[in-house]
Amino acid sequence: MKKYKALKKIRVIISLIFLLLLFLFFLDFAGIFPSDFIRGVIYLQFVPALLKFFNVFSWIATGFIVVLILTLLFGRVYCSTICPLGILQDVVTFLRRKIHKKKKHRYLKAMRWLRYGILAVTVAFLAGGSILILSLFDPYSIFGRIVSDLFRPALTEGNNLLAGVLNKMDIYALYPVDLQPIHIGVIAIPIAFLILVVWMSFTRGRIYCNTVCPVGTFLGLVSKISLYQIRLNPTSCTKCGICERKCKGGCIETQAQRVDFSRCVGCFNCLDACPFDSAEYALNPLYASRHKTEPRPEKVASHKTDVNKRKFLAGIAVAFFSATRMGKAQELVSYSATTPVKRENPVSPPGAQATNRFNNSCTACHLCVNVCPTQVLQPALLEYGLRGLMQPRMDYHSGFCNFDCVECSKVCPTGAILPVMLEEKKRIQLGKVQFVKENCIVETEGTDCGSCSEHCPTKAVDMVDYKNGLRIPEVNTDICIGCGACEYACPTHPYKAIYVEGNPVHLQAQKPKQEKLKELDEEEDFPF
Amino acid sequence: MFTGSLLSMGGYGKIFANTTNNSQVNYDLVAIRGGEPDKMFERAMEAMGGMRKYVKPGQKVVVKPNMGWDVVPEKAANTNPKLITRIIEQCFEAGAKKVYVFDHTCDEWRKCYDNSGIEKAAKDAGATVAPGHTESYYQKVDIPRGEVMKEAKEHELILESDVFINVPILKDHSSARMTIAMKNLMGVVWDRGFWHRNGLHQCIADFVSYRKPDLNIVDAYRVMRRNGPRGVSINDVTTMKYQIISDDIVAADAASAKIYPSDEKVPHIDMAAKRGYGQNDLSKLKIGRIKI
Repeated sequence: MKKYKALKKIRVIISLIFLLLLFLFFLDFAGIFPSDFIRGVIYLQFVPALLKFFNVFSWIATGFIVVLILTLLFGRVYCSTICPLGILQDVVTFLRRKIHKKKKHRYLKAMRWLRYGILAVTVAFLAGGSILILSLFDPYSIFGRIVSDLFRPALTEGNNLLAGVLNKMDIYALYPVDLQPIHIGVIAIPIAFLILVVWMSFTRGRIYCNTVCPVGTFLGLVSKISLYQIRLNPTSCTKCGICERKCKGGCIETQAQRVDFSRCVGCFNCLDACPFDSAEYALNPLYASRHKTEPRPEKVASHKTDVNKRKFLAGIAVAFFSATRMGKAQELVSYSATTPVKRENPVSPPGAQATNRFNNSCTACHLCVNVCPTQVLQPALLEYGLRGLMQPRMDYHSGFCNFDCVECSKVCPTGAILPVMLEEKKRIQLGKVQFVKENCIVETEGTDCGSCSEHCPTKAVDMVDYKNGLRIPEVNTDICIGCGACEYACPTHPYKAIYVEGNPVHLQAQKPKQEKLKELDEEEDFPF
Repeated sequence: MFTGSLLSMGGYGKIFANTTNNSQVNYDLVAIRGGEPDKMFERAMEAMGGMRKYVKPGQKVVVKPNMGWDVVPEKAANTNPKLITRIIEQCFEAGAKKVYVFDHTCDEWRKCYDNSGIEKAAKDAGATVAPGHTESYYQKVDIPRGEVMKEAKEHELILESDVFINVPILKDHSSARMTIAMKNLMGVVWDRGFWHRNGLHQCIADFVSYRKPDLNIVDAYRVMRRNGPRGVSINDVTTMKYQIISDDIVAADAASAKIYPSDEKVPHIDMAAKRGYGQNDLSKLKIGRIKI
């Protein structure tokens, strides 16, 4: 009805702005968007804001409180206007309507067991200190991974083709980008979720948000006590079912004239559609001063089974949780050399402070992977153990950490990578350089190399005199920051002669010593 | 601070003994000191016979600076941008149809192009700044005279251009001892790892046999004297206000190594000279010496 037309319009406009911006952030391989802008837009994403709040205790991370207040006032409007994965599903549903004009939504029974089960497992894992399940199911992070891991490489390929053609025509406005391939084990997860989400939204609207998504379930619980709710007015409702057929959430039961508001995603389509104004956005009866309406005909689950369910779920959680703790020593290189080398500890990004803290705070949205200019940040498979699945790690075979750069710390929405100042970052020691002389070219080939030392920004790897007039690397771990430039640059093939052993807890490197250089006489003659 | 040197520059070039004052003389090498990078270049280039000697109307020119590092010009890891601007302007003044600038950088290329100040300097002067960060820009070439390196993948702009101007910066280098003109050519090939794996100095010398730059302009205005090639801090740098220009890359390196404040021997210079790729005996060259 006209009365509610504006509501739906506002919802559509805001949601498309959020979707477009987030889509572009995760596609952006050229670093177009400033980090402050990215942070501002992501401020309202529920899970990242919640995590960041606990990581930094600052007003920067109060977005989840805003979302909670919104939900307490208006129900799950978050799901239809702010959540990128939710909006993406609306786009799918919109396209489906264009294909199957006749297909309508209908009331769906709530799948309570699955719905609250996933939420319970997520919470149980969090209580046990593992963020793995939340990472898997957080809709913002799922969206990030889908766009970053799947769409971005596709866009890059397109860009490279176009850049190739333009460059041949002497136009260098575009340039090719060599993206590092992501491990198939990592990429399989966003693929699976993309298929699941598209299929579910194509066939049944927002069923994903109402059965799988723990954020949707949680906000659904909150929306049960929201100030305003959508209801059908029994006096004017003719049970025509128009609203039910428009309801993406499948939460309107026309015959019972009932709306399961915990599953309402706040799209306002029903309000817009009802010809009799019977679908109302009205004060929650809980807060209405008049007599309480009759109790809602909800099924009351037996308390006993609830307890059993909880115990069962907790059991699963504990089992999984202990499994996630089992990390694996990372194979440094595919090795068959004289001296096998293994990195005992993976290297976490600057601002992570400690691998453990990082693993417990990152939902693997891959925004940092996007913005990292050197592509040193790559999603981990099992380098951190199962608990760090998909989380970014420093991959010194893909790149090295640029000395004058804190981009990842500027955008991280969860605070897993805490903000660091550039001067501070230049002394954060992520790991310590290790020299494997047996694999070094100077030793094995008897020629000069020095690639590692060239790239070192602190000269923690320096070249010192060796036999036959050669120079060989010498490492000083005190001033090493573990950026991995040496490891990346080491040309030994297929094995590296220098690598960074991760610091489980980041340390502070010492400042490189700086003696004054002797001044030169500017007046002296040409030496030839 | 620079005003003084700029003022004192006007026309007071002092050309020393063992060369004549005749500006028609064709020097093999010009060494100049005491001015700003662009002004020194103007004076030295004049002494070399002018840019028209090297760039003919309608030609494509490629200018290869060293901009391998994500640092600001003051840190002297990259060629001075003011010098690059003036070189490009002179190329166009000589009638160049197109001037390209690129480098295969060590740090992330976008940051290097940006922070070195060279991208802006080159674009302002009208040059086309091209990337060199993906293998797609490089084509295989044979190096028949190479001892170790028989082939390499070279940037297509080097292959396509009529004139190749090499503009290195003189600085300390942990593995090559010093990096000057010959070493700067590592930035026109794709697989630098091969050079490091197979004898760095020999490969540097081998590559010179493939294609020598038509002109080498060594920027030694600010010189990194330790912790090269990247440098740790500004304390590694001394302002020396030198520039060396020669069309003989080995001579340019030999002269630059002489002005560098250390007795360090640079093996690849002698290796290249021994194979006849250029002259490292400065006494055999006609050298122009200018003090501003």
